[in-house]
Parts: sequence; C-alpha cells; structure tokens
Amino acid sequence: MACTGPSMTEPALCLDRLSVAYRTGGRDRAVLREVSFTIARGEAYGLVGESGCGKSTVALTAVRYLPRNGSITGGSVMLDGTDVMRLGPEALRQLRANRVSMVYQDPGKALNPSLTVGRQLAEVFEVVGVRPAEREVRALEMLKKVRIADPGSVMRRYPHQLSGGMQQRVAIAMALANEPTMLILDEPTTGLDATVEAEVLDLITDLRRELGTSILFISHNLAVVAKMCDRVGVLYAGMLVEEGLTRETLGSPRHPYTVALLRCLPQGGQRKDHARLDTIPGFLPSPGAPMPGCPFAERCALADGRCRTEIPELGDAHGRLVRCHYPDRAADLPRSSPADVAPARPASEAAPVLRVSNLSKTYSQGGHPIRAVADVSLSLLPGETLGLVGESGSGKTTLARMLLGLVQPDPGGTIELDGKPLAAGLGQRCDEEVKAVQIVFQNPDSALNRSHAVARIIGRALRRLGGFRGADLSRRLDALVEAVRLTPQHLALRPSQLSGGLKQRVAIARSFAGDPRVVVCDEPTSALDVSVQAAILNLLAELQAKRDVSYVFISHDLGVVRYLSDRIAVLYLGRIMEMGPSERVFEGPNHPYTEALLSAVPNLDESQDSRIRLSGEIPSAANPPSGCVFQNRCPRKLGAICETLEPPLTEMEPGHIFRCHIPAEDLERLQRRRKACAQIVGSSPEKARRYELAR
Amino acid sequence: MTNVANAEPSSRRQDVVAALFQSGSFLTGMTLVLFWVVCALFGGHLVPYDPLTEDILNALGPPSARHWFGTDQLGRDILSRVIVGSRDLLIVAPLATILATAVGTVLGLFIGYFRGVIDDVVSRLIEAKMALPSVIVALLAIVALGTSETTVIIVIGLSFGPVIARTVRSAVLSERELDYVAAAKLRRENAIHIMFVEILPNILPPILVESSVRLGYAIFAVATLSFIGFGLQPPSPDWGLSIATNYSMISGGYWWTVLFDALAIASLVVGVNLTADGLHGALND
Amino acid sequence: MNRFLARRLAYSFVTLFVLSLLVFFLGQILPGNVARAILGPFADQQAVDALNHQLGVDRPLFVQYGTWIWHFVQGDMGQSYIYRTPIADFVVPALSHSLKLAAVAFLVVVPLGIFGGVVAALNVNRPTDRIISLAGLSAAAMPEFVTGILGILVLGVWLGWLPISAAWPDGAGALTQLYHLILPAIPLVLVLFGYIARMARAGMIEALDSDYTRTAVLKGLRWRQVIWRHVLRNALLPTITVVATQTGYLIGGLLVVETLFRYQGIGSLIFNAARAKDFPMLQACVLIIGIAYAVATLLADVFYSLLNPRIRMEESQ
Repeated sequence: MACTGPSMTEPALCLDRLSVAYRTGGRDRAVLREVSFTIARGEAYGLVGESGCGKSTVALTAVRYLPRNGSITGGSVMLDGTDVMRLGPEALRQLRANRVSMVYQDPGKALNPSLTVGRQLAEVFEVVGVRPAEREVRALEMLKKVRIADPGSVMRRYPHQLSGGMQQRVAIAMALANEPTMLILDEPTTGLDATVEAEVLDLITDLRRELGTSILFISHNLAVVAKMCDRVGVLYAGMLVEEGLTRETLGSPRHPYTVALLRCLPQGGQRKDHARLDTIPGFLPSPGAPMPGCPFAERCALADGRCRTEIPELGDAHGRLVRCHYPDRAADLPRSSPADVAPARPASEAAPVLRVSNLSKTYSQGGHPIRAVADVSLSLLPGETLGLVGESGSGKTTLARMLLGLVQPDPGGTIELDGKPLAAGLGQRCDEEVKAVQIVFQNPDSALNRSHAVARIIGRALRRLGGFRGADLSRRLDALVEAVRLTPQHLALRPSQLSGGLKQRVAIARSFAGDPRVVVCDEPTSALDVSVQAAILNLLAELQAKRDVSYVFISHDLGVVRYLSDRIAVLYLGRIMEMGPSERVFEGPNHPYTEALLSAVPNLDESQDSRIRLSGEIPSAANPPSGCVFQNRCPRKLGAICETLEPPLTEMEPGHIFRCHIPAEDLERLQRRRKACAQIVGSSPEKARRYELAR
Repeated sequence: MTNVANAEPSSRRQDVVAALFQSGSFLTGMTLVLFWVVCALFGGHLVPYDPLTEDILNALGPPSARHWFGTDQLGRDILSRVIVGSRDLLIVAPLATILATAVGTVLGLFIGYFRGVIDDVVSRLIEAKMALPSVIVALLAIVALGTSETTVIIVIGLSFGPVIARTVRSAVLSERELDYVAAAKLRRENAIHIMFVEILPNILPPILVESSVRLGYAIFAVATLSFIGFGLQPPSPDWGLSIATNYSMISGGYWWTVLFDALAIASLVVGVNLTADGLHGALND
Repeated sequence: MNRFLARRLAYSFVTLFVLSLLVFFLGQILPGNVARAILGPFADQQAVDALNHQLGVDRPLFVQYGTWIWHFVQGDMGQSYIYRTPIADFVVPALSHSLKLAAVAFLVVVPLGIFGGVVAALNVNRPTDRIISLAGLSAAAMPEFVTGILGILVLGVWLGWLPISAAWPDGAGALTQLYHLILPAIPLVLVLFGYIARMARAGMIEALDSDYTRTAVLKGLRWRQVIWRHVLRNALLPTITVVATQTGYLIGGLLVVETLFRYQGIGSLIFNAARAKDFPMLQACVLIIGIAYAVATLLADVFYSLLNPRIRMEESQ
C-alpha cells in the first residue's frame, strides 16, 4: 500500500514500509521494520505496544526529529501528501509550523522553564506570520479553548507554577493553535492522575471534534486507546502485527500477541481467588536482533517451524490486517500459565495482624505545616490484602512508610502488631518486629543495589532477617529463588543484567526472606509492562496463598487493585474517604470521590458509565480546603455544611465506611439513577451528560 | 530503548574496559603517562649523563650532538635531567591524591549520609576552603609548617580532600534517597555497613573520575609550588624547580634551559587529563 | 528572590567567618616565637618579649582574633612584620594592579570560553567539538608558569611581539598598560578557557537534548530562534555560577603569573610575604582573596536569580 499515486483525498499520514535503526555500540540496530499504516483525514489512530516496541520512534520519524544516532533505513513517510524525508529545511519548518504538531509525556519538561506561558504560546502564531499585536489575543483565545479558567493570569505565569494537568493543556493549546491536519500524541496522559487524565482525554476528544484534526495516539494503555481511537495498530518488536477497528481488534484480536496481551490485564472484576492471570513467557527480542521468522514466534504457544523461519506478511484476515501465518487460530491460544487457584480460604476470624489508630504525619515546608496523612485508622487481617488507592498527594506512600518505621509519625497515633504496640521508629523496633513488616518498592532499579549480585542481595536478607548461616543459608536461598520463579543462573547476575520483571522478583524474594507477616507493596507493577505485570501479580497472589502473609497494596491502577485486594481504602489529601470490602467499593454506593475516580478510569469493558467531571485540580496538602477536603471539587456537594465541618467516618453497611455528609440512602439513590441514565443513553459520555443536565 | 531482558549479559566492568580501549583520549593519555612513569622508574639507567654531575666548563651549552637538549648553568646535561625530572613529582602528586581521595571519600560519605548539623558545619568549612586556590592554601600551610616532601603531600592531600568530599557528598545525597538504602535499614544494617558496603560501590565511578582529575591538579600544584620555591627542593632535577632556577635567563637567549622542562610538564599533565577524560567518558556511557 | 539572595549573603558571611578563623589559626601553627623569628636567634630576650608584647601575640588567642578582625573590618590590616608599616599601604595598590590583570583575563576568557563551548555543543562529536574539547582540556591542565614560559619564549623572545615584563613605564596610558598585560593574561585565559568551555558545552548539550527544545523546533521556529530564545538561556545558567567560582583559581594563577612577569599585584605580595614569613601580611592578603571570592559568587547569584524565573518567583509562591 504505497502512499503515492493519485487519489481524491490524501491521507493525513501515511507510512510506507518505514524502517528505522539506532546506532549503538558501533552497530545499527533496527527498531522499526517495514511499518506501514495510513491515517485518514479526521481519523484517530491508536498505536499500542509495550516499552521498546518502537512506538515513540514512529512519532519522531513522522516529524523528522530522530535522535542523533537514529537513521531511516528504508520506506517513506507522507504527511498530508508531502514526503517528509525529501523536504528541505525551510519546507520542513513550514510543515511543522502549519500542518503537524506533537504533544508528549511529561509536560513539565516540554515547556521552556524560563519563558512565560504567554510568550511560548505567542511564538506559535509568530511562526505563521501573525502580527505581534494579534498574537496575544489569539493566545488568550487558545487558552480559553483548552478550558483554562483564568487565561489572563496563566499567560503571565511560568510553567513551573502550573500543575501537571494545566501544563499539558498549555502544550495541547500550543499544538492545536495553528489547526494542524495531524496531531501526534505520545503518551499524553501517562504520569497524570486519573481524574486529571480523564479531563485531558475529554478535552482532546472535544477539540478533535471541533477542529477535525487527525490524530496519531500512542499509548501503552489499551483502555485509553480504546476510548480515544477509531482504529488501532499493535506494534511488537518494531513490526506492526495487527491493525483494525479499535472495538473489533481489542474485542476479538486475531494476532496471538494481541490475544496474549489482553489476557494479561485483569478485566471485568476478575479477582485473585477466581483465576490467575495469563502471562506471556519469554522476553521481547532486543533491538537489532536477527529476525528470521515471526518476531513473536519465541513466545507464542501456537508457533511451529514455519513461524520460526518465515516472516509472515501483514495480511487481510476478515477485514483486519494481521501479521500471522495462522490468524484463525489466535483465539484458541492456549494459556501459558495455569489459571487454577487454590480454593479461597474462608474469611479469617482471627485477630488483626496490624492495627493502626489515629496515625498522622505533618511535614514542615518553609515553615508551613503540610499534613500528608491525617488521622488514619485501619486494620489488616492475616492473609488479607488491603488496597490503598489515591492520587498524588493522597499520602498513601507516607502511610506505608510509617508502617515500616521509615517515617516517624506525629505523636498520638499508634501502630500495633499482633496486638502489641509497635515502636514508631525503625531503630526502636526489635528484630522480630522489623522482619515482620517488609516492603516491595515501586522501582526495582532503585530498590536493588546495582553493584551487588542477586545471590548477595537475597542472601544478605536471609542472613539478617532469617538468621540463616552456612549450608542452611544456601538451602534457604535456593528455596526462595525457586519460590519467586527465578533460576540458579540468575544468582550470579547483577540487577542491570536482568529485565524489569526479573528484578522485581528479586525484590519480592528479598522482602520474603524473613517470613514477614505484612508486606507493603508500593506500586510494585507500575514500572512494568502489562505482560510482566501479570506474572508479578500472579506471584504475589501465590505467595500470599502459600504463606498467609498480609499485603498493603498501593496502586493507582484500579484494575490491579481490584484483582488483588480483599478490602480497599480510598485516600484523598491524607484522609481515608472510604474503606470497605473490595467488591462493595467497586459496586457502590460510594463516596462521591470514589465515584468520580472509578468513572474517570477508562476500561476495556464496553459498559462505560457516564463520566463524572471533577472541576479544578487536586489541592495542595499545605493548603487543604476547609470542612470536607473534597468539597471544592465535589459534584454532589450539599452546601455550607460541607465547607465548614469535616464529616466523620461513618459506617453505611457492615465493614464499609466513608466520610461524607450525604446520608448513605441518598447517595445510593443518586448513584443508581446516574448508572441507569447512562444505560439509557448508551456509552457516549457526551449524550449522558446532556441527558443528566436536561433532567 | 530501555532494558530488554537478559539478552546481553555482559558485565558492566567489561563494557567499561572495552570503552576505555576504544577511547582515543584514554589511550593517548595513558601512553604519555606510562612514558613518564617508565622514565621515573628506570630513567636512572637510561640517561646518557648523570643528571647531578656538574661540568662548569660546558655550562650553558646549546643543544648539540653531545648534549641533545644542551646544558644548564652548572653544565649538567638537560636531557638527563628532564628524563629523571618526573621522579619526585610522580611520587609526591599521586600520594597526595591518594590521601585526598581517602579523606574526601570518608568525609563525603559521613556528611552526605548523616546530613544534619555536621553536614552544615563541614559544608561551610569546605565552602570556605573553596574560596581559596589550593596553591595559596598550600603556601600558607607550608610557610607555617616548613618545607618538606611529606608536608607537601599532606598539605596538597588535605587541601584537595574537601573538593573530593564535595563530589562524594553530592553522589551520596542522591544515593541515600534510593530504596536500596531503605531496604538495608529494613534489615537493620548499621550506618557503617550502609555507607561502605551498600553506597560506596555505587559511587566509585564518580570518585574515580574526580580523583583522576585531581591527580592532574596535584601535579599542577606540586609543580607550581616547586616553581615558587615551596615544593621540591634542590638538587632535585624536578622540572618546576629547574624552570625556576633558569627562567631569568631566557631573555639572554638560553631558551633550552627551560623549554624542555616546560614541554615535559605539559606532556605529563595533558596525559593525565586525557586519561581522566577517557575514564569519564567510559564510565558515563 | 530576596529570600534567596539573603540566604546566599548569609552564607557568604559564614564562609568568610570560617575562612578568617582558618587563616588566623594557621598563623598560630607557625613554629616558635614570632618575635624570635623576626629578630633572629641572637636577639636579646628582652627585645623579643617587648616585640611580642607590641605585636600582641602574648595575649589570649580569641582576644587576638577579635582584635585582628575588628581592626580588619575598619580597614586596619595590621603591621607587616618585615616592613613595620601598615599592611593596607601595600594591599590597596597591589589589589588594583591584580584587578586590572584579572579583568583583562576575564573579559577575554568568559566570552571566548562560552563561545567555544557553544560551538563545540552545536557540533557535538564532530571534529570541531573534539578539537575544542581536547584543546580546552589540555590548556586547563597546564600550570601557568609553563604556559607563561612558553609565551615569553615564543611571543616575547623569538617573535618579539609583546613585552616580557608586565610592569609598564610610569604614567603609561591605558593602551600601553593593556599592551603589557596581554602576555601575562594568556596563561590565566588558557587555564580558565577549558573549564568554562566544558561547562558551557555540557549545559548546551543538555538543553539541546531537552524536551522543550524539541517543542520549540516542532513549533516551526527557525533554528536561530530556537538557539537564541530557548537553548542559550537555559544552557548557560549553570555556567554563570562556575565562572564565579573560578575567581579562586584565577587568583591562584595570579601568584605565579605576577611572579613570572614581575608585576606588583596581590599575588607577588603573597609570594614575597611567604618567602619572608611575614604572616600578618599573608593573612591579610588571603582574607582579601576570600572577600573577592565571596563578592564574585554573590554577584553570580544575583545574576543567576535574575535569569532564573524559579528563583525570581520564589516570593510570590
């Protein structure tokens, strides 16, 4: 499908057999191999794949901004009918000024720290020759268009004075100011909080409808792409392996990789006691590795001799493009890990292993007190998982570190382990207490000492926490390594020689060295790819079932939390807003914040509720709103009482508590009505909103 | 592209060594340095004349077939003096650097790890020290303590120590925030273990680079001190010292009495700095 | 911004205080008896005691320190052991000489170093970059007396273009003075060039690789505009601080250069005082250097905070 040739309407973007290589270690390593796709005018096309698959390289090639060591080794890119590779410097500049824009991850870095927002925005108009006097007016208009409440003052501010969400709106305003035909979005909401992400995604949807811009949306998050895009392409090891309409492709995938990837995600309320998640065995081929056959063959349960020796073409299979020799068999892909789980134990009636009462933490920043955690009380039963959910600034990590003794809580709160008081500081805890509460950190690169070998990392923990020596130690080491599914060959390696998933297994092994009672898991999978995440979640569930350990599981990913947690606590600005059994929290009735959070997160299930929009940004913990801390953003705010009085935690049904002035019955009624009206109107949030307003 | 599995399990050390041997500046620098090290070690057996024997009759002879680099005002053969002239410098400067590295590493680890009041106080002290050029600090101390090779080593070592401590401190500050330090605390390791067993191996690359750069400056400082008469003392054939005794005669046309010594110092410091640059490049890839 | 500068100012004072303690107590290590050292081994014990008393060195240390500092702040730097005259009479003209030389070196090296670094960064890993970086590196490592000697040999003796002494004839005009200062300034310029160029290069490369530069390019700005508006300002901020800290090294260089070129500056004053073990003179000069350093870093901080909106805006936050 060549991009050239006479046609009535030129596609907005067309890649034809594009190959790109990066030069590292004196060798060209292919990162894109003959990638072809077309984006029609006004279309939104999603490109998904795990890290290292070449997604961002596609974006950078389209605007011809490859890093210094990158080179195009074949194929072409046509943007709006222009061959991007053949443009001279001036024509390329014109193209960037008028016809293509790009927004990427981490808006804080994308804006120049030493120029005001207004100045940076005005430049966009300057490049297309708008008169100086008019630039400011147009910039102001653009800020209004991206729904910035006080555009005049934002114009005069510097990027660091804006929140992440606001910065990304400014970046979007700059990108769309000259109404380009093509907008490239590279992970535009990754790293933003769920409620902020939802707003930014809505904004993109609305502006796209208004301006008719074509979109290339790059993301690792399948649910986000499903929400945003008409068509989707799946990239694996630099090759496009499947492409089709989003709903069909993600609903009934035909390439084994897409099938496997979707099975790795906990979906539809799946829980650890129902089934283990499926995983993808093996590893992504490294960039530039020789590829005699299908790139996925090594990891595919369906692969045969032909797959290993002959690269499949991207062929049409029932209106879908699939790069597989056997596209019809994909749906029958056998599981790579068994689904069966040990039958769930009856809910434990035992005394809680950990009980926290009235725990608070106040930091001081430049003389201002910041209450990171305020008056948190909770308990944890043996063998139970308590999920901690909250956006940035919710205090979930501080809370976890107080449990571990790494952060000293304010005087007044207590922590009890097995009914006995636990000293606040790590230094005052005895050996037994220290080894009873351990942690798996978010980022294994930070958590593992990079100059120590795996054997030393795990061995030292066994020595210090388990008290093992000599032959006993090496026996325990082997057992532990096997328990986390590592092999003895890994023992001699250093963390830098392991993949992200293997590193996290080492970290898990270390935390289990002293047979802990409680393990805090602080976003243990958020730095990992989906396929690796599934294996880690399985491992955690398995270890829990075998060892009767309790987890405090922190995550911003609600699907993951739902899969692993028995109970969930929702935090906002350091306070528990709601806590209850996992299913109750997901099904409601909920605290209005939980309700908003649940509706903000896109999911792959078709039954998407109507969205609740939260106004404004998450307030700073240094300056929380009066009364209920959620009142300034609450869509169900009652009135004055919310502003003056902080509601107490009340029990609305056994074991399910929340902090709201609205009586439980009223909340239940309101939320049932919202769901009902969403079902009437269908899944379009736009219509549902109008329906609700009309009502 | 980020880490992709255990495809290439080559160790970091091998990578660094390979990078060093591909680095032009490292190889050139190392060649220069090794040349002078060989001269310092075996120069005594290689020289055509005894570097200390005076021959007044042949004083201030220009370069000739007998004396390739000419003779100085006491008739000593300059070629021979230049060849062995690195000996004292190459003892004093590296020892001073080792002392500085040891002091700086320990100091930097402690203040970086414990922070608090000690850090504030020591950091002010270091800052105060940074306000003065090392040569002047050394001069002050040598005036107070008297001149000897040991004094020069100690004084240069102690005056470079704080500079290294500053580098170590800032490396420790970012390391101590990493979770492996928290993990060590969670298995009750003591502070000494955390500093020296957990943190130290990870900050060796910056320490190595910093101390190789300091070696260059130590040579710089020792040579300068010798030149102004507060470093190595006569009759050492040290280059700085030779230049100091002879430079007043350049306007008289006796250029050979200083030119070769100057070029020798230049080649040694350039060698050390190229080596340091190559090391820096290899360790930061 | 004021809070930032106030903090920096307070730091400077603490630094100077610590420095003065350091300098003062180094003077106390001086072995033996001050007056004995001055008057020699054959002097009468009474004369020694009298001189000790006159110099005040028989009083408690903290009193001596207090007196010294108090007088120093008032402009009285004490008496030279050797010349028996007020130190200030030497220091003030020496300082003005040194400032002239330093200014010539600075005015040449700062633009040159920044330019070199920027050019290297814009051609990163190409021959231009390697040449600038390696030349800078080699020059920075070269002791001033080595480059000074080579300069004298080549430019002064062989080519005869420049005078080999920095001391200009009495009543010489500014141009003649400048003419005499070119050769002495060269070693200082060489040492600093590598350092400044290296910082500027590193800052430029970081800024060129940044996301905001990518944003600026993808906006469709011309390359020249990208460099001038977006890259340079962010890239050169760290270089400003570095330039200021280099004043310290510059003064260290003055010591050698002034000796080599027979120039009556603070460097040669220190050199002579050191030779004669004239400790009060030495202490005064060193403290003056410290003050010069503190002033330079403070100026750099002011400049830095003016260019950096994060600091400028600190108060409104």
